[in-house]
Amino acid sequence: MFSRILIANRGEIALRIIRACKELGIQSVALYSDADRNSAYLKLADDSICIGPADPAESYLNIPRIISAAEISNVEAIHPGYGFLAENAHFAEVCRDCKIHFIGPSPESLKMLGDKITARKLAEKAKVLVVPGSEEAVPNEEEAVKIAADMGYPVIIKASAGGGGRGMRIAHNEMSLRVAFHSAQTEAASAFKNSNVYIEKYLEQARHVEVQILADRAGNAVHLWERDCSLQRRHQKVIEETPSPSINDNVREELCKAALRLVKAANYVNAGTVEFLLDNNNKFYFSEVNTRIQVEHPITEMVTGIDMVKWQIRIAAGEHLKLRQKDIKQQGVAIECRINAEDPVNDFQPCPGRIERFVAPGGLGVRLDTHVYAGYVISPRYDSLVGKLIVHKKTRPEAIACMKRALQEFVIEPIKSTRQLCLEIMSHPQYVKGKVDTGFIERTW
Amino acid sequence: MELDKIKELIDMMKVNDLSELEIVDGETRIMLKRGGGHGVPQVVAMPSVVSAQGASVGSANGDMTTPMAAQKSEAQSVEEKSEETNQVEIVSPLVGTFYSAPSPNAGHFVEVGDQVEEDTVVCIIEAMKVMNEIKSEITGVIKKVLVSNGQAVEYGQPLFLVESK
Repeated sequence: MFSRILIANRGEIALRIIRACKELGIQSVALYSDADRNSAYLKLADDSICIGPADPAESYLNIPRIISAAEISNVEAIHPGYGFLAENAHFAEVCRDCKIHFIGPSPESLKMLGDKITARKLAEKAKVLVVPGSEEAVPNEEEAVKIAADMGYPVIIKASAGGGGRGMRIAHNEMSLRVAFHSAQTEAASAFKNSNVYIEKYLEQARHVEVQILADRAGNAVHLWERDCSLQRRHQKVIEETPSPSINDNVREELCKAALRLVKAANYVNAGTVEFLLDNNNKFYFSEVNTRIQVEHPITEMVTGIDMVKWQIRIAAGEHLKLRQKDIKQQGVAIECRINAEDPVNDFQPCPGRIERFVAPGGLGVRLDTHVYAGYVISPRYDSLVGKLIVHKKTRPEAIACMKRALQEFVIEPIKSTRQLCLEIMSHPQYVKGKVDTGFIERTW
Repeated sequence: MELDKIKELIDMMKVNDLSELEIVDGETRIMLKRGGGHGVPQVVAMPSVVSAQGASVGSANGDMTTPMAAQKSEAQSVEEKSEETNQVEIVSPLVGTFYSAPSPNAGHFVEVGDQVEEDTVVCIIEAMKVMNEIKSEITGVIKKVLVSNGQAVEYGQPLFLVESK
């Protein structure tokens, strides 16, 4: 087991990793940029190192600075969190070359699954149905038009090196396709330094259901069941829950088995999530693999009782999974609301600033994962996540009632946040019925 | 401040690829920022409130960024001005290991009492096996060496105290 780990991330996920390290008896070293200098969670780590100015390119995304910090702080492993360099194959390779363990999958897995086009090919090989789409990167506008015509509109253009919901454009007809093709390429080039795009059939009113998996270096893999993340806005998840209220046990079993087939075919190691889209007939299609720990991992932890960050660390240290599939059960219902510093009334404009009043909700079955407190300043430089409010109850109605109660208790002032929006969603009849899809939030608010 | 002077400052920003520059000149304070993707500097002129700040290239409050070429073996350091005296700190622009001499058997780059110019190399910071020569960036006399040879240093950590002219 490692004795000292570097955390190459910030905010709530850095705190999450510090907590796992403490419980495992591992020393943690937290990195920070100038903008995060006063964050209270840094004091919970055994050591902290300033690596650069606020600009992520000079700090959290800067491989030489991070590796240099790892070397001077004598760590054996680096946990990359999510976002930033978590899925960067080159970073994982540099760690390997410098004999530092990267807590995550191998550089080869990251490359293979990080390219959405090769990931789709792998899914087909593993006999997992994929969303109908182009086999290769689409070379030009005329090809795009031809492919879309064959497939049938609407279609979605996606960056093959993309992720996090960026570099995507939906087109409902040929005219908008022509425009969308070029703007998607431009955005892909600037966001991911790779202008390759591919086209998929766009499933309207689809549901997004993903399966969590854990795999060790000995080839053992288990799934930790599914999460329903249909409630999204602009491809960013807002509310997640498990079990999914809109699939039956048969579909559930098939989804989870398909996910396991895929990760085994990829020789995947560590934590990962296989994303699927479900159409109106409960037919599911492979969408992509997220080769990292995800923001919404807490809801899986609540229903299965399994600490996923600890398992990430154990797997990276060479331990074998002691979890047997038949012992992994979903108990109760867990829901997570992501609270962002955004103003829903003003087109979700980010609202950075100082939090003057912060009152965390509590009670049975309430978990709040946050790095924020009264006096904390939300920086405009990084994502706007204030915290993740998670509830876990025996039944879905109880979980919804608990989440409403917790959201009402929760005070985050004076900045604007999505707390109120989450409360409204919790009360919406469609949500209560479990009949929401990926377009629901944008249609309704 | 005359337009010509402002134009000069704008050119200087472009040449040195600065994103922000702040100048205090008597009662006038000018902040220049190079905007978005166009690189066109914006001028914001305000009446002076803060008196102790001089022209600074980058600062430690996190708002300014000086692009770093990670492959270069030379780097620019960041200054902070103390309000009472003329003492200025030379702070580390990198994370790494501080070395006071070019090699284990050589003499120190600088000692207390030495005069330094802007391009005097004051130390080496080793990061990922690359020996980066750190320049003083200011003119003055070394008053104090704040770290020891072989010590791990972080970004922004004070290395030397310099009495500047």
